[in-house]
Amino acid sequence: MASAALLSDPAALSDAPAIELRGVTVRFESVQREVVALENISFALQPGSFLTLLGPSGCGKSTLLRVVADIIMPSSGSVRVLGHAPGEARRRREIGFVFQDSTLLPWRSAIDNVRLPLQVGGGARHGRGGRSPEALLALVGLSGWEHAMPHELSGGMRQRVAIARALLGDPRILLMDEPFGALDEITRDRLNDELLHVWRETGTTILFVTHSIHEAAYLGQQVLMLAAHPGRVRGIVPIDLPEPRHLSIRDTAEFGAVAGRLRAILETC
Amino acid sequence: MARELGLTAAVATAPPRAIEADQARARWLAAQSWARWQRRLLPLLGAASLLFVWWALVAVFDVKPYVAPSPEVVALTMAQKSNVLLANLWPTMLEAISGFALGNTVAIAIAILFVHRKWVEMAFFPIVVLINSIPVVAKAPILVLLLGNGMAPKVAIAAIICFFPTLVNMVRGLEAISPQALELMHVLSARKWEIFLRLRLPTSIPYLFSALKIAASTSVVGAIVGEWIGSQIGIGALIIQATYNFDSALLYATVITGSAFSVLFFLTIRMLERWCVRWVPHPA
Repeated sequence: MASAALLSDPAALSDAPAIELRGVTVRFESVQREVVALENISFALQPGSFLTLLGPSGCGKSTLLRVVADIIMPSSGSVRVLGHAPGEARRRREIGFVFQDSTLLPWRSAIDNVRLPLQVGGGARHGRGGRSPEALLALVGLSGWEHAMPHELSGGMRQRVAIARALLGDPRILLMDEPFGALDEITRDRLNDELLHVWRETGTTILFVTHSIHEAAYLGQQVLMLAAHPGRVRGIVPIDLPEPRHLSIRDTAEFGAVAGRLRAILETC
Repeated sequence: MARELGLTAAVATAPPRAIEADQARARWLAAQSWARWQRRLLPLLGAASLLFVWWALVAVFDVKPYVAPSPEVVALTMAQKSNVLLANLWPTMLEAISGFALGNTVAIAIAILFVHRKWVEMAFFPIVVLINSIPVVAKAPILVLLLGNGMAPKVAIAAIICFFPTLVNMVRGLEAISPQALELMHVLSARKWEIFLRLRLPTSIPYLFSALKIAASTSVVGAIVGEWIGSQIGIGALIIQATYNFDSALLYATVITGSAFSVLFFLTIRMLERWCVRWVPHPA
């Protein structure tokens, strides 16, 4: 039902959907029982949009991202990324991934971490176009920190480096798995603002997993709500807040109403 | 430098409070420097006091020279017989270093094989554990029978003694990568050898060095134990000769020569570690 709102008629779209899932189910076999992580997930995402995924733990948010990134194969259903199979999109470097942990290589400086995608998987071919590693560090506000080692950077700065690394080669899809979940609130707010800036600058399609209602409402054009056990779509909520957004919007009554609506849906999950 | 200059410039026009803060900082720096001296002096003081106790015990109880020498006699022997000691140190050094290189190289190679072919690890790791559980002194005669009386059995013993800790640590190091790092490599479509070169190998280096530091000392032990069995030259042989001749001063001098090399070897590896591994904070 709710997914129909996003599953626009393909003919009406000027371009193929950035991400399209149809009836995706993921089952994990464990020793005693079978766990259904995702059940019959369908939605489509237009290029350049920002969708946040919100749900309680165990709703399969991270699994969903990993299905799109070709890390996990769905048990049934179909996944298309920019009109291709996820594996094909991955090989074409259309997908950037940001993890909850920055996953920087500790023996490499910030700039060398951003360069990693150029050095593996035939990345030199894909990385030529688009922003340079230096420009990407500047984009995430880290000019002057190129040669700092990860242990010299704060958690927030490390996560910025991870975002810069994910953006190398201008991927058209950016998948973010609770990237600011381990940060303090002040840093998280600032990075939320900067992520919106990065999104406007690059025009990538962003799929952003979070368990923070405020983050989901502030960042997303739409929020995909997931229910747990098994993970399934609870609804897709459009966020009608003016753009471009700034942090001050969080103090408005409109924002409070949106957050309240999301919370009400979460409570039924 | 620039910061210090800035500080003095600030002090020149600073109100009294800043000067007070500056004095507090000077006091703190003085305390720090005293603490540093303490760290250097106290170990020396400890060693000197033990040497004195040793000397006093030998003097007071009139211990006979064939039972235990007094420290100054040992020092004298080290000076007088330095050529004998050095002549016997060279072969031991050569055996220990060759054994160290051989044992660790094989251990690293096998660790890489184990990580990439799990069934090989399952098939052979129990046997490795079994062989490791045989004491060195029991392995030594077997190897002497197998490899003759030259340097070969000593190198082999030193190599075997290094092998196990390095194998275990290296396997652990190569596997100490986070699942997310592996996922990142997958998203980047990295090939297996790229994951090995860019992720597994650098991750394993700190683990490898912990093993190498152990191996640096134990390889010397291995070489010496090897020399105990029917050898004419080397620190181990000299230990046996000095013991049978009741030449306690030479015995002690030999032991000190051997340990000095062992410590030097260890420190060399530790220096290498600090030079190679700069991303993990090292304890002082």
